[in-house]
Amino acid sequence: MSLSPDDVKRIARLARIEIDDSQALASQSQLNSIFDLIATMQAVDTQGIAPMAHAQEVYQRLRADSVTETDHHAAFQAIAPAVENGLYLVPKVIE
Amino acid sequence: MSDASLSALAAQLAAKQVSSRELTQQYLDRITALNPVLNAFITVDADKTLTEAAAADALIAKGKAGPLTGVPIAHKDIFCTDGWLTTCGSKMLHNFIAPYDAHVIQRFKAAGMPSLGKTNMDEFAMGSSNETSYFGAVKNPWNTAYVPGGSSGGAAACVAARMAPAATGTDTGGSIRQPAALCGITGLKPTYGLVSRFGMIAFASSLDQAGPMAPSAEDCALLLNVMTGFDPNDSTSLEREKEDYARDLDKPLTGLRVGLPREFFAEGLNNEVATAVEAAVTELKKLGATTVEISLANSKLAIPVYYVLAPAEASSNLSRFDGVRYGYRAPEYANLDDMYCKTRAQGFGAEVKRRILIGAYVLSHGYYDAYYLQAQKIRRLIANDFTEAFKTCDVILGPTAPGTAFKLGEKSDNPVEMYLNDLYTIPANLAGLPGMSLPCGFDSQGLPIGLQLVGNYFSEAKMLNVAHQYQCVTDWHARAPEGLK
Amino acid sequence: MKWETVIGLEVHTQLATQSKIFSGSSTAFGASPNTQASAVDIALPGVLPVLNKGAVECAIKFALAIGATLNRINVFDRKNYFYPDLPKGYQISQLAKPIVEGGALKILVDGEERIINLTRAHLEEDAGKSLHENFQGVTGIDLNRAGTPLLEIVSEPEMRSSAEAVAYARALHTLVTWIGICDGNMQEGSFRVDANVSVRPVGQAEFGTRREIKNLNSFRFLQQAIDYEVRWQIETLEDGGRIEQATVLFDPDTGETRMMRSKEDAHDYRYFPDPDLLPVKLDEDWIESVRAALPELPAAMQLRFQNDFGVSAYDAGLLTGSRALAEYFEAAARACGQGKLVANWVMGELSATLNKAELDIMQSPVSSRQLGALVARIQDGTLSGKLAKQVFEGLWEGAGEVDAIIEARGLKQMSDSGELEKIIDEVLAANQKSVEEIRSGKEKAFNALIGQVMKASKGKANPAQVNDLLKAKLQ
Repeated sequence: MSLSPDDVKRIARLARIEIDDSQALASQSQLNSIFDLIATMQAVDTQGIAPMAHAQEVYQRLRADSVTETDHHAAFQAIAPAVENGLYLVPKVIE
Repeated sequence: MSDASLSALAAQLAAKQVSSRELTQQYLDRITALNPVLNAFITVDADKTLTEAAAADALIAKGKAGPLTGVPIAHKDIFCTDGWLTTCGSKMLHNFIAPYDAHVIQRFKAAGMPSLGKTNMDEFAMGSSNETSYFGAVKNPWNTAYVPGGSSGGAAACVAARMAPAATGTDTGGSIRQPAALCGITGLKPTYGLVSRFGMIAFASSLDQAGPMAPSAEDCALLLNVMTGFDPNDSTSLEREKEDYARDLDKPLTGLRVGLPREFFAEGLNNEVATAVEAAVTELKKLGATTVEISLANSKLAIPVYYVLAPAEASSNLSRFDGVRYGYRAPEYANLDDMYCKTRAQGFGAEVKRRILIGAYVLSHGYYDAYYLQAQKIRRLIANDFTEAFKTCDVILGPTAPGTAFKLGEKSDNPVEMYLNDLYTIPANLAGLPGMSLPCGFDSQGLPIGLQLVGNYFSEAKMLNVAHQYQCVTDWHARAPEGLK
Repeated sequence: MKWETVIGLEVHTQLATQSKIFSGSSTAFGASPNTQASAVDIALPGVLPVLNKGAVECAIKFALAIGATLNRINVFDRKNYFYPDLPKGYQISQLAKPIVEGGALKILVDGEERIINLTRAHLEEDAGKSLHENFQGVTGIDLNRAGTPLLEIVSEPEMRSSAEAVAYARALHTLVTWIGICDGNMQEGSFRVDANVSVRPVGQAEFGTRREIKNLNSFRFLQQAIDYEVRWQIETLEDGGRIEQATVLFDPDTGETRMMRSKEDAHDYRYFPDPDLLPVKLDEDWIESVRAALPELPAAMQLRFQNDFGVSAYDAGLLTGSRALAEYFEAAARACGQGKLVANWVMGELSATLNKAELDIMQSPVSSRQLGALVARIQDGTLSGKLAKQVFEGLWEGAGEVDAIIEARGLKQMSDSGELEKIIDEVLAANQKSVEEIRSGKEKAFNALIGQVMKASKGKANPAQVNDLLKAKLQ
């Protein structure tokens, strides 16, 4: 299994990380050495083994349906890159 | 002062031999002197710290002090701290003043322990050398040409250099234990779910766990008493009876069965480390322990499994850093999409981007089953090995890391070699088991060697007992680097 | 070529909880921007989700109401994509193990009953809102809606016309409001419909390529959008073109659908189980207590109305259009024991008057008890239909109770046959010509005489009695 520079650009696109051709090329060899390491697990027979998503076999605790939060938007927006009239501003969204 | 244990410091405070302000000021002075050399702290704010110390003094004066009230502590910069810069070692959060306290921070505040500042770390806790921090590498106090380990490298270095009597750390694949080993201190990663993750900036949610770092096991037990406990804000926090982790410290080790995993003493382990760990086993036998050879056959797969699962979770956890609501936003961009791509390209460092790409890839269409699902299945096989092993032993013992500290820059261009540093620590994270590292010697260059204990679920008190008994008959943990000014 | 339309609907229902699905923020509509967006909702670093029990209970109610399978263990996944109204960069949803699977809904189209099967329903969080107005070149993001609980209800592609799609959407709307899990307010976005539409030649087994029309917030737009889309797809195919899978938006101003520009690149959502949330376990006691608290459902009530009150299946369907309407009808019917007559009044005079006044049944000035009393007075002969309408007007105006209005306005039907005979005699005397015509066999003139008598009695005569007496006198 090895990634091509195009694969690298495709996943960089998915992850919204700008990457140019030379960076893609440089990343490609490092990523491939990591995927070589990862590939060692492919040989393991895991038929019938349940995937383990959590460290503990416990179930989700449920919160009572009640309003416990108050308005903190002034404090939250004090650290925002761009706000106006209580709204976060971003470059125009085209639908 | 600087070599006193937490219980000794607490006793001095209680006896009013020293005030929290005085004690805290002494540590701040040492930070001022040493931080330019070691770079262990990202943020120090003496005014805030001393205000907290004054509040602790008021509690002591009113007779409302808890066991550690007034003793200062340093916090890893991964914990959101209300009103403090909280960077997670990243340019992405270089300007992020957290508007709330992490659960762990709340607990230390409630215990009356002033914060000495925020310690340096690998960016988003991704690294084993502390070289990925946007704020520069941390130096190992035993030899400043060497790395302190990572990702809690600042925490380990500041405790080792006695700039703080204790520190908090977090451990996703060894980030408490490996730097503790490389800096010659004691650090413990609790059972997953014992310490709330609320307010701890997520790396890999199913593996991340916060824990204490301090010179001794006894110190760690007292800190664990503060840190642990149920938190309704974290769905993975476990509802359990509160326990006193110091309760068994003085128990004799007679009859203790120590499991030695064959795979942890095999190829790849540095000879000096092997010798030191074997010497520690001899000490434990003198204390009444017996040894049993065990096998953790699937642990050799821990690194590949980890480098699928952790990046997968991280790629998703780090999607919130998009330049919209907080943190870094690229100064120039053509449109929304360009804003995202430039912000994330400029805001994240190389290692973080590498792991995001790995994570996005293993979760992407057509690869999920072969990578992510396969890794989750092997994760279970690794956990099952431990379940089997604990049928024949009480605690598992081995090296924390395959070697001692390496030189700054030595491995930074070779990610795979860097990743292999976590060979022995990752299995406990995958299984969710508690693990700790304690000093057990020095190599020929005078660099510390770490011994790792892995216990069964919720057996922290037992592990701390073993470590404390060992530390009662050895002095590795009491040694501090010399020559630091 | 003859074409067949294939439609499946995905409906996003906002659940009627007090707080959000993963945080303690209020879900109330209309607050100032971002004042109901907590640390969790804006995805500050370090925050974690905790699941709202109320949202899970809504899903349980829905599953029980449609006879679906409730997955005793269900799992939340992350759906990863970047969008400014999605603060975490992923939406917490359910993919592999949703809480609800299967189930069916009965619809009535052109008098014919059809069963539409459901694929699944899963819990997820709503996104925030992007506001484009009032800003030059930028978009404002309001995260008050982010984290509002949604139940996404997915049907099988079993509808074959826009009328069926609308009937299904209406039936679903009735049901979710009936069981109280959604307020049903479509203007506020509480019930939003995505329609997957494709066409295929009649007789072809495979489905055609579908296009998804996003975010339809009225039944009228649903109908218009599907009709336009179907025409467009057929025309495209008949012109030799082909349909590309796409997401489109409906523009109510032009009545047309258009491709969404923002969703051009193929999505790869990289779903995986959310490590911050554990599997959800539904225990049997909980399910049973929810079942016990469920109201009688529309389908069961329709049958009962037919059996208990003798109303037709069609009328029973209309009367159960909402829970409030059904409850109104039943209370009125029980008050007088005249279900069929009450049904006529509810769907006739009452509905018409409410529509004219733009009121819904819960705002009706005439209570169910009053309507029952009115119908009782028709039944016992006190009121004719015509008089009853006058009493109804009095009730509507708030002029008092039925009997008081009859008394005050002198609307009692004439029951004294002596008095009536006197009026008839006078009318006959004054209309000798008509009398002769009737005797020579002209039936039409007889009806005119009845009209005269009714008029002379000021409408208070009982028409049946007038009929009988007139016949007797003319023999």
